[in-house]
Amino acid sequence: MTIQKEEHPLKKVCIICAKGAIEDVYAALLLANGAVMEGIEAKLFFTFFGLDAITKKQMNSLHTATVGNPAMRMPGGLPFPTLLGMLPGVEAGVSVMMKSQMEKLDIPPVKEFLEMIVAGGGEIYACKLAADMFKLKKEDLTEEVIDIITVGQFYELAGGQGTQIIFV
Amino acid sequence: MFKNFNLNDNDMAQKVIAGVTVNANDEGYFEDPSQWNKDMAVEMSKEYNIELTDKHFAVLEFLRQKYLAGEQLTIRKVGTSGITDIKEFYKLFPGGPLKISSKLAGIPKPTSCV
Repeated sequence: MTIQKEEHPLKKVCIICAKGAIEDVYAALLLANGAVMEGIEAKLFFTFFGLDAITKKQMNSLHTATVGNPAMRMPGGLPFPTLLGMLPGVEAGVSVMMKSQMEKLDIPPVKEFLEMIVAGGGEIYACKLAADMFKLKKEDLTEEVIDIITVGQFYELAGGQGTQIIFV
Repeated sequence: MFKNFNLNDNDMAQKVIAGVTVNANDEGYFEDPSQWNKDMAVEMSKEYNIELTDKHFAVLEFLRQKYLAGEQLTIRKVGTSGITDIKEFYKLFPGGPLKISSKLAGIPKPTSCV
């Protein structure tokens, strides 16, 4: 399928990641990496629960919801009972399964993914308000994070023609 | 209002590269990787203002090897190949490393999201 070449191609994407579940964090990371792989400038801004993805202590144990997640199904397609999702260990188990499926598709763990994005020229930022709320300092965040910035500074970074802001 | 997607898969065209006629789609990707040779890579690289060095060719050979072995190509694979790391890969083929290097290597555009 040929897609017609766009006259005004995307020049920069600024991606806000406000959630800490695996699917949300990876969506943001894939969008950012996909952009730098196409030569599009990318800036990633983590806020609220998204900070988990760049906090050293949390980034290797991201989970997906097994309770209250209406799209969660058993492998095979049958509905996933909420009572099952509540049992100890199920959330962790399902999350590990999801990560191993992604590994099979060569999607790296969060830390490596952030390194790949930075290697391609992408920039990683944390939200000051959220960092203050969760009492996090730059030392608690992974090295790839350039700085903790305010929403005003984020909007300055998002300026320029051909820029899109994406909220995850 | 909607852009016209051309769903017709007749993208095959003939292109002359380095004096040889090859089958390529209209984005310039080889339909038949066996038609490729190094001179073609050199000629195609001019479009991207890249001067191919031994390092570039090492990467192109790696890509061809992996493709012909039937493996799905990702930028992560290139980064762990031992031939180059990801940062250097972006320097070797700026602006779209996997896209550009696979075109220069005479293999189809990779279909992975990573």
